[in-house]
Amino acid sequence: MNRFFERRYVIAGIFITLILVLLARLFYIQIIDDRYLLYAQGNVLRHVYLNPARGPIMDRNQKVLVQNEPFYDIMVIPKQVKPFDTLEFCKLLGIGKTEFDKRFEKSIKYSPNLASVFEKQLSAQVYAAFQERLSEFPGFFSSTRYLRTYPDSVAAQFLGFIGEVTDRDMKKSGNYYHPGDYIGVTGVEKSYEDVLHGRRGVQNLMVDSRNRPKGHYANGAYDTTAVAGERLISSLDKRIQKLGEKLMQNKLGSIVAIEPSTGEILCYVSSPTYNPNLLVGRERGNNAAELYKDPYKPFFIRPIQAYYPPGSSFKPLSALIAMQEGIITPQTTYYCPGYYWAGNHMVPCFHKEAHGTVNLTSAVAESCNGYFSMVFEKLMNFYGAKNTSSTFTNWRNNVGKFGLGSKLGLDMPSEGKGNLPTSKYYDKIYRAGGWRSSTVISLAIGQGELLATPLQLANIECTIANHGFYYKPHLIKAIGDKEIIKSEYKVKNNVGIDPQYFEPLIDGMQAVVDRGTAVRSRIPGIIMCGKTGTAQVHGEDNSVFVAFAPRDNPKIAIAVVVENSGEGAKWAAPIASFIVEKYLRDSISVRESGITPEEFINANRLPDLGNYTLKDNKAKPLPKDSIRHTKADSAASKKPGIKSAHQKGKHTIGAPLAVLQVKRREDE
Amino acid sequence: MNNNQQQRSFFFNVDWAVIFVYLALCTIGWLNIHSAVFDEKHPGFMDLDTNYGKQFVYIIIGLITGIIILLLESRFFSALAPVFYGITVVLLIIVLVVGRNVGGNQAWISLGGGFRLQPSELAKFSTCLLLARYLSSTNVRVTEPKAFLIAGAIIGFPMFLIMLQPDAGSTLVFSSLIFVLYREGVSPYFLILEGLFIALFVLTIKLNNLIFIVGGLIVLALIILFLFRRNRKVMPVILTGLAVCIAFVFSVNFLYTKVLKPHQKVRIDIVLGITSDIKGKGYNVNQSKIAIGSGKFWGRGYMQGTQTKYSFVPEQSTDFIFCTVGEEWGFAGATVVLGLYLFLVLRIIRIAERQRSPFSRIYAYGIASVIFFHVVINVGMTIGIVPSIGIPLPLISYGGSSLLSFTIMLFVLIKLDSNRMGMIYQ
Repeated sequence: MNRFFERRYVIAGIFITLILVLLARLFYIQIIDDRYLLYAQGNVLRHVYLNPARGPIMDRNQKVLVQNEPFYDIMVIPKQVKPFDTLEFCKLLGIGKTEFDKRFEKSIKYSPNLASVFEKQLSAQVYAAFQERLSEFPGFFSSTRYLRTYPDSVAAQFLGFIGEVTDRDMKKSGNYYHPGDYIGVTGVEKSYEDVLHGRRGVQNLMVDSRNRPKGHYANGAYDTTAVAGERLISSLDKRIQKLGEKLMQNKLGSIVAIEPSTGEILCYVSSPTYNPNLLVGRERGNNAAELYKDPYKPFFIRPIQAYYPPGSSFKPLSALIAMQEGIITPQTTYYCPGYYWAGNHMVPCFHKEAHGTVNLTSAVAESCNGYFSMVFEKLMNFYGAKNTSSTFTNWRNNVGKFGLGSKLGLDMPSEGKGNLPTSKYYDKIYRAGGWRSSTVISLAIGQGELLATPLQLANIECTIANHGFYYKPHLIKAIGDKEIIKSEYKVKNNVGIDPQYFEPLIDGMQAVVDRGTAVRSRIPGIIMCGKTGTAQVHGEDNSVFVAFAPRDNPKIAIAVVVENSGEGAKWAAPIASFIVEKYLRDSISVRESGITPEEFINANRLPDLGNYTLKDNKAKPLPKDSIRHTKADSAASKKPGIKSAHQKGKHTIGAPLAVLQVKRREDE
Repeated sequence: MNNNQQQRSFFFNVDWAVIFVYLALCTIGWLNIHSAVFDEKHPGFMDLDTNYGKQFVYIIIGLITGIIILLLESRFFSALAPVFYGITVVLLIIVLVVGRNVGGNQAWISLGGGFRLQPSELAKFSTCLLLARYLSSTNVRVTEPKAFLIAGAIIGFPMFLIMLQPDAGSTLVFSSLIFVLYREGVSPYFLILEGLFIALFVLTIKLNNLIFIVGGLIVLALIILFLFRRNRKVMPVILTGLAVCIAFVFSVNFLYTKVLKPHQKVRIDIVLGITSDIKGKGYNVNQSKIAIGSGKFWGRGYMQGTQTKYSFVPEQSTDFIFCTVGEEWGFAGATVVLGLYLFLVLRIIRIAERQRSPFSRIYAYGIASVIFFHVVINVGMTIGIVPSIGIPLPLISYGGSSLLSFTIMLFVLIKLDSNRMGMIYQ
């Protein structure tokens, strides 16, 4: 054609090359680079989480202990926030501009693309005003949350409380929890967290470029609904729980009552207690701080964390073991001159009262220290004084079967083991073979190193009531609408004592209430079998009473400890009797002795603040003469009052055992 | 075949391949516009309240126009080229006075009823036409300086007027006519120079270091001179080239720092990777890349692209229509579309070379260049390798002026081609 004809190929070549460049680039971003599909999904997908309602908790009669009330959280996705009237926004929420900036910064730090909580727990009224104008604040939205409410404010230490998840919780849960979620921190809220929290629902919404919802991703195929937490039925009886808390007000101590035929805990009082509603809502932090400062430690869960010397309430155990071993019979007698000589140590009876000739039944009824010291020495020296160590270990194992010295496996966090000393412990102090039955004689009467939680004490009463076995004590009776009962709670735990040995002991315990030390607490028409204890501690004695009732076909076993209140008969026994009667009859009758619940409700037995101090590690070794009635010359020349479960395994001489200790008054 | 037969079987001379590609691209465009701006209240393809309904009307108008063009005398286009050019220039001046300002560009003349005319689209056609008419005149050789300058003026005048709107994209389209000049005999140095200019343009802005670039150019020139030291003819060319390049670098630098408006600067910066402002000016391109990239090989399916459906890419139906292609039809669909364009421009080159009349040949090269430039710039923009300058994707993007302008260009070519065995028009 013309002389530049060849140039068509150059032009065509350039065209082809440039198109290939475009295709290469397309190949790269469409096939090789995988990020863009993710970006596209990030653009369009919004996960809206639906918080499930936490499971309510009922008492054994289906009365509500804790339920939920809706509150509204204001959430923010910082990236979607567009300029808006911050002043108006702050006014609606009642916060300042600087506070606003601070929170917004925090949200950005968490994630600019994900929702985080901006303002927590608006009440329905505040929320109503805010909601009307929510559309003016792009990037902000609301999320309903259910908060716990406690209609009767009872059983705080049992219920525990929930709190916001920590970073550690989130990591541990494999990111199940999101910031701002709640999790059980203590009590049943913690131990049954998995059942209570339910399952969060998620909606995969698609939004357009202006963040307007445009329907569900894949028509909702991947959406899930929120499943409310399971309902828990607690074993507690709200009636006696309320009464127990009232009776224990202005006192330190604990009440634990168990149904012997099931192991269900009917009453779980820790005093002082607090109003669980204080730990809900916006003032939660301040209230909690106040409660932590309380010197009487309301967060201390006395039923399972406080360690008390069981005192006389322990006496039946050695007798039972001795009978089982064939060392004594119920008819074995002992002449009590008012004291007992163990080696060169004298164990006096209460007020050095001479009981004369006693057998098992009368020894229990009259709480004869001499008789039980005799039994204990016989047990220890059965294979000769030189074999004390092995007989002691044997004794220890038998006592251990009753649940002392180890956790009972309660369905609550932070349960303590109590303390049941081992022979090795004494070997360490006195060297191996350097100690005799007389050295540890105070164990015979529930003193010395022996420490038990109120739960363990109540469990022993269950075992006696059942003639030789107990069910694992538990606080949650059934889970969910199907009322599932854990199989472990249907297993009988035998303590290795034949049933016939219990009768003479129970005769004695009945006598304690009918005509013995606890006669003031007798309930007309109900045969209660009990044992008072006056556990010696530094300061005034702890008042202890353990019992079960009625004698035939027992329905309730109970342990009551009132700290620093003297004799068991004076404080603990009447309180126990009121609980027992209330539970069995739903009313409290007029007592022959004239005692009424009101006088106990009104009594203030709180120790002086000056003498009741928190000691972490500075407690002084206590002087020997602090042991007044029992000259128990055992290893520990000091008697720990209450020992915290947190102080596990620090049993060395001179080192403080107690977290909470009663200091002796200087002028005493 | 004799002449009479040719005359009678007119429609058998029509290049059906081009018509097929034309119809295919229009249909693809219509489907993708439907997906991009789908409105639940007006689901019909032909609902006039929607852009896809309007595009359907434009396609019909286009086809009617095409048929009318085929029925006209071939001579008509050559003869009336100056008239078309004149009308275009008048319209380009009118638009500067009464034009509607859309998106910062005063490029539209409102025609009422929601329709509006974009004279710059028609300018491409009339410039090709007049350029062909001039260069095909007897005694005009583009290799001569005078003819070269006149050709340059024909191209440059509408460029200048469009620049005033200011519409950088449409202005740049005219630079593609360098291919026409090259084919007609302009020295390949100009083509090389244009390539060099693009490279220097990028380097000047990106490095922002004049001494370095000028130094590099001098070193490069010395190396070439050393390599070709036996060839004395090369020396003046290289030295002239060096001077022009240095002048270009300085003028680019001046233009970039003093003349360009901030929003234009930012667009260039984003493509060159100087800034990556994905929320502001870079938003379009970023979202467009996400849309195309998320298509993978087979695409997400018709009307299934979330980027498209939920309007994450602004100007989706017009300048960024290729996103919908990439997202919903994937790499496969994008390849088909680019393949169609490549086939179209190569077919036009083939048609050009079989013309006996230089007018037809030059005109054909003109529209091949314009279409090709549009495709490369538009697609390149959506995948982030070319600055985002708003020019439509031929026949696919929504818009009546653009569709009509490309329809006229193509059908005039088809008409000229169908008559290629006839007399030569001057």
